[in-house]
Amino acid sequence: MIGRDLLSIEDLDRADIERILDTADHMREVGKRVVKKVPTLRGRTIVNLFFESSTRTKASFEIAGKRLSADVINFSPSSSSLNKSESILDTARTLDAMDPDAVVVRHSVAGVPKQIADVLDAPVINAGDGAHEHPTQALLDLLTVRHEKGRIDGLTVAIVGDILHSRVARSNIYAFGKMGAEVRIAAPPPMIPAAVETLGVKAFTSLREAIDGADVVMALRIQNERLSGTYLPSVREYSATFGIDREKLKYAKDDVIVMHPGPVNRGVELSHDLTDHRPSVILDQVRNGVAIRMAVLYLFSGRRQENEQRVELGSTEKK
Amino acid sequence: MSDSRIWIRGGRILDPAAERDELGDVLIEDGVIAAVGARLDASDAEVIDAKGAWIAPGFVDLHTHLREPGQEYKEDIASGGRSAVAGGFAAIACMANTQPVNDDPAMTDFIIDRAKQDSPARVYPVAAATRGLEGTVMTEMSALVDAGAVAFSDDGKTIMNGGVMRRILEYSRLVNAPVITHGEDCHLVANGVVNEGPVSTKLGLPGNPAVAEEVLVVRDLILAELTGAHLHVAHVSTRGAVAAIRQARERGVNVTAEAAPHHLTLTDEAVLGYNTNAKVAPPLRSMADVAACREGLVDGTIDAIATDHAPHAVHEKDLDFTEAPPGLIGFETAFPVVLDLVRGGELSPIELMRRMSTNPAKILKRPGGSLAVGAPADIAILDPEVSWTYDPIKGYSKSRNSPWAGQTMTGRATATIVGGRLVYDVERGMLYS
Repeated sequence: MIGRDLLSIEDLDRADIERILDTADHMREVGKRVVKKVPTLRGRTIVNLFFESSTRTKASFEIAGKRLSADVINFSPSSSSLNKSESILDTARTLDAMDPDAVVVRHSVAGVPKQIADVLDAPVINAGDGAHEHPTQALLDLLTVRHEKGRIDGLTVAIVGDILHSRVARSNIYAFGKMGAEVRIAAPPPMIPAAVETLGVKAFTSLREAIDGADVVMALRIQNERLSGTYLPSVREYSATFGIDREKLKYAKDDVIVMHPGPVNRGVELSHDLTDHRPSVILDQVRNGVAIRMAVLYLFSGRRQENEQRVELGSTEKK
Repeated sequence: MSDSRIWIRGGRILDPAAERDELGDVLIEDGVIAAVGARLDASDAEVIDAKGAWIAPGFVDLHTHLREPGQEYKEDIASGGRSAVAGGFAAIACMANTQPVNDDPAMTDFIIDRAKQDSPARVYPVAAATRGLEGTVMTEMSALVDAGAVAFSDDGKTIMNGGVMRRILEYSRLVNAPVITHGEDCHLVANGVVNEGPVSTKLGLPGNPAVAEEVLVVRDLILAELTGAHLHVAHVSTRGAVAAIRQARERGVNVTAEAAPHHLTLTDEAVLGYNTNAKVAPPLRSMADVAACREGLVDGTIDAIATDHAPHAVHEKDLDFTEAPPGLIGFETAFPVVLDLVRGGELSPIELMRRMSTNPAKILKRPGGSLAVGAPADIAILDPEVSWTYDPIKGYSKSRNSPWAGQTMTGRATATIVGGRLVYDVERGMLYS
């Protein structure tokens, strides 16, 4: 049962996920037309509230909203230290007073979309919060795998890289798990979160063991600031031990696909060759991202209209 | 303080100092306890009918933050003192992390003067152990003790330099006052904001591992052993820290310790949903840690319950989870929260009272914690059965940052007497002005 907000994959059940994926399949078709626009959300206002800088996800949500004919407003409060003491909730309340139909929130700290949703009238869609979740990324990954493999149930998915700091990892662990896949993770030990098995995954420190027999290998982006010092000795060492290339991929299934949420640090998480060519499906992921976000905006931005209907019903009753 | 006579009639007298647990009355004259026993008669005195409730020594809180001077928008000595007596506390020790820091006798004087004017509860300043809480240069302990400081602590910050901590402990023997350690290794804490474990992993928030506390507590126990100084460990929250303190006590180390009501009753799961009012330092821990702290409190490893009352404004707690300051308010909820240990059969009422009053008074070497004839009449009347809903807005603290907001509580302080003066009564409200 789809709720008011889309804050996490953890909150969704399998039927919700399938409904979103099925809706996205219809939306994909819109993107293939000459005129890439349908009137579905005409007259609706969608606010992209991005506290953390983002190009790809913001563009994807913006295109998704526009293809559905919604008015999309991008709002990016400066995250400079000067504004740090400004209550995020005050910012959110101000926006809410402008009556948006959905607010898409990204923040560098886990939990902010939830905190905002707790005070907002409008539905909140989480576009990534700290190391917590990035639900639309996981949904577009599911959609991509479903198209590639025809199913998700029974597949083996290996997620490789900085699991500790990754919202993509957490959302995908829940997403693929709920859809019946076996999820494995592989990372240098400092990047494996405490008690990670409680999320329902098997953790490996050997890349080879983790991708052995895998149907899907998903590499995560290593943030530059983690590349030296406390988490990893060096880029070179990471690339040698956890970077994916065709040689290491031999341990996976023959028809393995390789995914990456982007942007790729070429030659670090993935070899150049794999970044550009199959079995990597990186640009399909991006393409599916628009369809997923169209589906999500469609399914989650209807609440204010329901309120209006309620008001009308109320006034009718009074008469 | 008061020349009036108060006759507290018909309660269950719980005096840990005298091992007394019996039904009876207490008579107060001239600010001190004049008589304790069954069926006293003092018909000319003001009568407080205890109606079978507990009559215990007023609570003594070893660990509070009153925010004055400098952050009066969070709390001040007047509001903090009122909130304290509304929770049954007759005396509270306030930490030095005010603005400016209480690292100078003039500041200690100011706090004491302000408390005399404004606070219904006795206020005992804890002075900084190092100037400006910077962890490098020790404060003038002798002058600070002369001004009225009861202990030394850089609470809120850890003295990371072991050499500095050693010298502070050595020097503290000159003034015979405890050094209170806030044990968290800042490098192991790093940017951690919730207990490291399943909850931090699920929430995607940086974890603060139990070992960050344990490493520092063990260091300070070893330094206390070396120096023979009185080390007091603040807000013990982990199983390993409890075990280390227990072993140190067995070796004869001069150590005392406190645990906070939240660490005795709440786990890190209280943070799920990103509740910043459950963000505290050290963080709420696992069920096993809570169980170990309770066990330590029961077996005497942990001497006292201290609230770590730490007010923060609503707009501060409305920040994101990493930016929101740690801490929660605790005076008015402490008694019903820790009554859980009595309800669970872990502590008898008198043993709970010992950990709320007698032991903390002893640690600070201050009067209190006793209902002996001639002792200052600091008394809490406590109804262990009354059910009520806690609403911080209706409380006396200026702040509202409580993880228990909106919860139904069982047990409440119904009256508090400080120095023979009835300062709070749940029916009539705050009587101190």
